[in-house]
Amino acid sequence: MQAAVIVFPGSNRERDAAKALERAMGKKPLIVWHGDSTLPKVDLIVLPGGFSYGDYLRTGAMAAHSPIMREVVARAKKGVRVWGICNGFQILCETELLPGILLRNASLKFVCRPVTLRVENNDSDFTRLCKPAQEIKTIVAHGDGNYFAEPDVLKKLEDNRQIAFRYLDNPNGSINDIAGVFNKERNVLGHMPHPEDSVEPLHGSTDGAVLFESVARALG
Amino acid sequence: MSASVQKKSADKPGLAQLLSEHGMTRAEYDVLLGVLGREPTMAEFGVAAAMWSEHCSYKSTRVWLKTLPTTGPHVICGPGENAGVIDIGDGQAAVFKIESHNHPSYIEPYQGAATGVGGILRDVFTMGARPIANLNALRFGEPKHPKTKSLVAGVVAGIGGYGNCVGIPTVAGETNFHASYNGNCLVNAMTVGIANKDKIFYSAAAGVGNPVVYVGSKTGRDGIKGATMASVEFDDKAETKKPTVQVGDPFAEKLLIEACLELMATDVIVSIQDMGAAGLTSTSVEMASKGNLGIELDLDKVPQREPNMSAYEIMLSESQERMLMVLKPGREAEAEKIFHKWELDFAIIGKLTNTGHLVCKRSGKTEVDIPVKPLVDQSPMYERPWEPTPAAAEVPATKYPLPKGGTLFTTLQKLMASPDLCSRRWIWEQYDSLIGANTSQGPGGDAAVVRLDGGNKALAMVVDCSPRYCAADPVMGGKQAVVETWRNLCAVGAKPLAITDNMNFGNPEKPRIMGQFVGAVQGIKEACLALDYPVVSGNCSLYNETNGSPILPAPVIGGVGLIADVTKTANIAFKKDGEAIILIGETHGHIGQSLYLREIHGREEGAPPPVHLTAERRHGKFVRNRITEGDITACHDVADGGLLVAVAEMALAGNVGCSLEVESAEAGFWFGEDQARYVVTVKDADDFQLKLEEAGIPHLLLGQTGGNTLAIKGNGAVDISELKALHEGWLPEFMGV
Repeated sequence: MQAAVIVFPGSNRERDAAKALERAMGKKPLIVWHGDSTLPKVDLIVLPGGFSYGDYLRTGAMAAHSPIMREVVARAKKGVRVWGICNGFQILCETELLPGILLRNASLKFVCRPVTLRVENNDSDFTRLCKPAQEIKTIVAHGDGNYFAEPDVLKKLEDNRQIAFRYLDNPNGSINDIAGVFNKERNVLGHMPHPEDSVEPLHGSTDGAVLFESVARALG
Repeated sequence: MSASVQKKSADKPGLAQLLSEHGMTRAEYDVLLGVLGREPTMAEFGVAAAMWSEHCSYKSTRVWLKTLPTTGPHVICGPGENAGVIDIGDGQAAVFKIESHNHPSYIEPYQGAATGVGGILRDVFTMGARPIANLNALRFGEPKHPKTKSLVAGVVAGIGGYGNCVGIPTVAGETNFHASYNGNCLVNAMTVGIANKDKIFYSAAAGVGNPVVYVGSKTGRDGIKGATMASVEFDDKAETKKPTVQVGDPFAEKLLIEACLELMATDVIVSIQDMGAAGLTSTSVEMASKGNLGIELDLDKVPQREPNMSAYEIMLSESQERMLMVLKPGREAEAEKIFHKWELDFAIIGKLTNTGHLVCKRSGKTEVDIPVKPLVDQSPMYERPWEPTPAAAEVPATKYPLPKGGTLFTTLQKLMASPDLCSRRWIWEQYDSLIGANTSQGPGGDAAVVRLDGGNKALAMVVDCSPRYCAADPVMGGKQAVVETWRNLCAVGAKPLAITDNMNFGNPEKPRIMGQFVGAVQGIKEACLALDYPVVSGNCSLYNETNGSPILPAPVIGGVGLIADVTKTANIAFKKDGEAIILIGETHGHIGQSLYLREIHGREEGAPPPVHLTAERRHGKFVRNRITEGDITACHDVADGGLLVAVAEMALAGNVGCSLEVESAEAGFWFGEDQARYVVTVKDADDFQLKLEEAGIPHLLLGQTGGNTLAIKGNGAVDISELKALHEGWLPEFMGV
């Protein structure tokens, strides 16, 4: 089993993600530079938080067209697990691997605060070890996390059980309190919160660890 | 040297205006003529004016700053480099500095504050350190002033916008409101970084013939004369100075950090310096001066954002995210490869020479040819006249009892919801305080605690100043700012190591203001010596006046301390019911300059609370050791607002109430701001009090934790939830969200 973390020049939570992955898997993930157009054979691809290319345009819009993302999209379509956290979620929406879009927070301000999520679907490689409706205390840190999708898209998401997490205390105005979504096949997950920053006692919550442990188990 | 402008018959037409625009005196111009032996070119004039500006030369303050204690067994590098460096064991060093961006932030709050963060980050990673935390100290005008709200919104968004994107957590800070800042807000930013002790990078150039390399963003016309702008008072036309404010690009900064740190892991760099105030001018002059060498630059090779920039503009641009490096000869390609990977400009723009001159060519023409050593050595230094601040009268606590019809609780509620004591959550939730996954304590406590990668070691850090104390008694105020950082570090269980200072004052040409500065330096010095707590870096910001009205002086102190084991710290939150609450230190009920006096009685008067350095040292050490030993379950220093405010903050942080058994309704006891005090909760009250007695430290058993109210014997009680709503409510309501 092997995980990879894709690093864009403006990624800034790649170390946090790598540390949490290593903690759960007992093995360091590969760190893959955005300029590489080839990707080694891996079982999990993580797109970390940050500002990929500065995000002066729409968040994630430029990253979605980078050479490495063409490869990530191809792998995702072959069933490789792809996990986008925060900016990674924004990029996955821009590539249309995931439906919907992340708008500016309803408050129009960056928000960094603790949040509680409810696991909406534990039937995925990312959430398998969660109990049904398990609550996860973690944090958010973003300016553009306000999830939006058209009503027909939302209906499909709900019908296909593609909602991964909902906020119990919506920090950004996301529609239907959506914090994270799967693709239809559930091998692609994107969410705004940062479970990688909630895995050890120092973080004030270790609730995020269950996601990393789930994925570690899935990878065998 | 006289500061008066004397007309000389031989002066070129327009000279007086040129001097005035550049903030240079006629006498200083004469020195420049002596240095050059001829009339300067426009570019040379600009270079000298920038180097000799107050901002770059510290001409009013150098004589006094020299008196500060700057050494110690753990000091690797004191003031004079880009940042201070201290040894924190295990081959690691902490690198830190604080810097002001006051004038730019008032003119253009978002970009001013953002570039302030960018500048201080560069100062730290230039030394070879990876930044691990940002802090800030903000001072705004009174809430009702029409500009205050937009300044708060812009400055906070700017700090967040830059730090969040670069990916460095903003972990602590302080914010005050006072009418003296109506026309001149203060924005001080501090960065702490970690480096390998054996791989610290310095700015002194070395090796004649070695290439001088420019990296980072391109040079534009922004920020020209920024250093000059920062060295004069404001008037009503401050907004017209917008073009002197730089524009920040945090994405470029992030790339620059990664590229520089990647290059620093090799052995290619001889010396390195970031381009801050006065841009390429101060960088090249400082590098050459420290290395006793000359430097020759071909300005045509400087990456430029716009065409037809003159030598003057290129030398004085304060475009952001740029660095200058001297590389080992023949290693340029290695460095270039790294910068191209990060898609940053890389240009060899010159070389080191043995001429001792700064020579700049533009389109083949020599535009600058200045001998560096005389330019630096003959930099003006003034012993400005100063007047000591008259002693303020003591205010007896009995003179200002609780107001008629008011109780301890109505007073507490008013204080907890006042601009200077209310929760700053609205501010710090806009900062990513958690990125890095190492933040053990973020904003809202006494000091931030950030773990270092790869172990349990952590650094504690804090910024503090009480300007109202400094205005009333600069010596005492200077001392108090130092000891408050000391207390805050001890209160989380850290051993305080060293400080950085940001001296924000008015116009030093006024003896009264200069007297405030001299007094504050004296106070800082006394405290540093008594606590073995040296100053390792700092910055001065003078001329903080608008239309002749000065700010309350603010010698802001940033303190850094070491925690050996991050699992053995304390925070301010009450943990559970039934724990004893103990006050450490003596309470005399000092209400002079207290927030109680200001917020409840509307009076800003009296002498500030006296600082007892031996008591601070003894109490701090005791608290720190008891935290490490695990005796203390919560700890908070007593500062603004006094004892009852400290207790209330602990209750709110933990959502646990308390019953206080001290039957007193004296305002001085509950709201006085006596120093050297801590409130702690402990596991074993008898054992803890015994230890306090053995150590000869005055203390008082206040009561115990528990319940949903803050209750005081004989005075009633207030709901924690009610207090919390008031405390959390003021700032969001003021900002309108």
